[in-house]
Amino acid sequence: MLRYTFNRLASLIVSLAVASLAIFFVIEVVPGDPASYMLGMNAQPDTVAALRADLGLDQPRIERYLSWITGMLSGDFGTSYTYRTPVAQMVADRLWITVPLALYALALSLLIAFPAGIYAAARRGKPGDTMVMGATQLGVAVPNFWFAMFLVLIFAIRLRWFNAGGFAGWDKGLFAGLHSLTLPAIALALPQGAILARVMRSALIDVLGEDFVRTARAKGLSRRQALWRHALRNALIPVLTIVGMQVSFLIAGTIIIEQVFYLPGLGRLIFQSISARDLIVVESVIMLVVFAVIVINFLVDLAYAAVDPRLRSRT
Amino acid sequence: MTLLSIDALSLSIRGFPILRDVSLTVAPGEIVAVTGESGSGKSMTAFSVMQLLPEGTETSGRILLDGTDLLQQTEPQTCAIRGRDVGMVFQEPMTALNPVKTIGAQVAETMLIHRAMSPEAARTRAEEVLARVGLPQDRFPLSRFPHELSGGQRQRVVIAMAIALKPRLLIADEPTTALDVTTQAQILDLLKQLVAEDGMGLLMITHDLAVVSGMADRIVVMQKGQVVETGPTAQLFRNMQHPYTRMLFAASTHKVALPKAPPPKPLLEIRNVVRAYRTPRPHPFARPGRFEAVKGVSFTLQRGERLGLVGESGCGKSTLTRALLGLEPVQGGDILFDGKPILTRGTVDASIRRRMQLVFQDPYGSFNPRHRVDRLITEPFHLLDDAPTGSARQKTIDEALTAVGLQPADATKYIHEFSGGQRQRIAIARALIIRPDIILFDEAVSALDVSVRARILDLIADLCGTYGLTYLFISHDLSVVRSVTDRVMVMQSGQIVEQGPTEQVFSAPSHPYTRTLIDAAPVLPEIA
Repeated sequence: MLRYTFNRLASLIVSLAVASLAIFFVIEVVPGDPASYMLGMNAQPDTVAALRADLGLDQPRIERYLSWITGMLSGDFGTSYTYRTPVAQMVADRLWITVPLALYALALSLLIAFPAGIYAAARRGKPGDTMVMGATQLGVAVPNFWFAMFLVLIFAIRLRWFNAGGFAGWDKGLFAGLHSLTLPAIALALPQGAILARVMRSALIDVLGEDFVRTARAKGLSRRQALWRHALRNALIPVLTIVGMQVSFLIAGTIIIEQVFYLPGLGRLIFQSISARDLIVVESVIMLVVFAVIVINFLVDLAYAAVDPRLRSRT
Repeated sequence: MTLLSIDALSLSIRGFPILRDVSLTVAPGEIVAVTGESGSGKSMTAFSVMQLLPEGTETSGRILLDGTDLLQQTEPQTCAIRGRDVGMVFQEPMTALNPVKTIGAQVAETMLIHRAMSPEAARTRAEEVLARVGLPQDRFPLSRFPHELSGGQRQRVVIAMAIALKPRLLIADEPTTALDVTTQAQILDLLKQLVAEDGMGLLMITHDLAVVSGMADRIVVMQKGQVVETGPTAQLFRNMQHPYTRMLFAASTHKVALPKAPPPKPLLEIRNVVRAYRTPRPHPFARPGRFEAVKGVSFTLQRGERLGLVGESGCGKSTLTRALLGLEPVQGGDILFDGKPILTRGTVDASIRRRMQLVFQDPYGSFNPRHRVDRLITEPFHLLDDAPTGSARQKTIDEALTAVGLQPADATKYIHEFSGGQRQRIAIARALIIRPDIILFDEAVSALDVSVRARILDLIADLCGTYGLTYLFISHDLSVVRSVTDRVMVMQSGQIVEQGPTEQVFSAPSHPYTRTLIDAAPVLPEIA
């Protein structure tokens, strides 16, 4: 188990290093100079040059990369070109919306997927299964921003249970915060939950056909007991893979959903920074997102080992 | 007194009849073997007793266990009977256990699910019963996972689960088919011992008449869903009434007539071949370990010779085969074909590769289901520089199919349209089509029913006459190797421990391991 964790950790560090290089150099080759963008069309070349020097943009690339990375490691994400405020502060403020939103959506997605997938698998081929599969088919097919608009129409405009957009702020209390994140979280969670429910169902159906489920039934377990005690944990292995992948989709999904619901989160920050050529912010936020995704995949790898003893004894 | 009495059982799945009017009985302490070929309904009979049947199954008749009709029980009542009154052991020990639960938890579950005892008592009982099936606690603690055990050990765990609550009836469905011959002998002894000590009735399903003859008190022979003959073992073997029983027996003891081999002239020479693998590093900075699957093997295959290779799983047979075909690099030694090394800079020369072909074990998995037969059997053509085209190609296909007893018209069919035996004929046609110098048969008849196997072995013998085949026949089945080879090699732990003329090795083995193998193999009684 120690070896396994060590190997996974090593691969996490390598992934992060490669990702940071890729992010930095891809953004470097994107056209558009931040300094001339900040000063406007009519800026004098020497003013632009002075600002470039001020921002450190005249340094060699490799040095800028190293100072970016070492800065990030010590919590200094640099200063936004446009707002002239520390990036760390801007990101921290917005993390308080995006992270709870993604986790909320993930929780909802699991809450949809597990019961639906297990129910459908246990009633394979029966009307209940057909209904769940029909519903998830719809969930997979419809994009989340359309769900978002639909939810706003029903629950915000017609029923007036929720606000159509904006964030109340955590200082108004946990409930107020979660309340303003509920519709966006549902919009994010529905398609992901539908995909996961289908994966859960097919994984369970596969496992229910395995010999060891028959062995369990021969010991006297009922169909239901065999499903819960033997099939479920084995079916979790493919499901975990998809959950790990979905986290990155959820984080990317917040970019659109935060626009639709007018939430001042990371997604909006990326969107605005890209339009403003605020490269240092873009780099930092993307690096953060990549970091989150890689860490989550590391956790998924550890979860595999927790579920499957065969992995623990291997490398 | 009877324990189990199956009375006029008929069964159909979605209207398709599977069993017709099956009747049999098992008394306490009695071993009853149900035998027959695939599709005879023997496993379905066993699953009917367990009431573990596929959806859409309709049954009629009665299955009485101590007077209780199992067909009339509700599902919860049946669950209470399964595992407590009737235990079951399955064919495939590698997949019969849940990979994510410990063996202790899985054995104890039998007790817990029937609320027979407290969790502590269930643990103690699990320890006892595992020790009883030959897995003592000091070497096999309850915390072991299935993947840490061998196939035979896993089958012992399955048996422990089945007998944990001392059921009155034990059903064993091909319990040793997936096991090596020495492991098979141990498991059969264990089952016999359990029946003798506990007075359980044992209903054993097996296709292997030799196993039946050494085990069963009574035999039930099934064909196409019906019981065709039944009787006490010795009496039934002495006085077989039904033609199907006689056919089964004849096929099991089938001897083929191999034409005489030509005078020896070396074709394939293996000299001190070593195939080693790197094993994982014990810790990140350690040197990787080394495992030798083939440890310096040497032998010569003469032109026109039929050579056998026997050994148990993991002995290195398959690794050696892959190395011979140049599919795997070797770490030492030479493989010479007609005096030339087959590997030039790590790859096989196409001019040599085309002179060797392989027939695999699994007639179901070794064909692409989306290709027609003509495309399947002409696959080796890519090895040729001047593969026949047009009418010459068609003629070659027709010849190859005819040679293996199929019709030229079969060329346009898909593989799913053929039975297992026909598929193995197609596999042989695929190997023959480019007239290789050597064919490697890797467990080529192991997945077939005895009657089909007998016909395939006859076909191979015929082809020896027509084409003067040279082959290496790899198998775990001693009786098959004995009938189709001139010379045999016995492999153990990566080494060839004995080789010699087949009859001599089998009748007077010199190595203790060969003797163990021959003694462990079940044999049919001699019938005058």
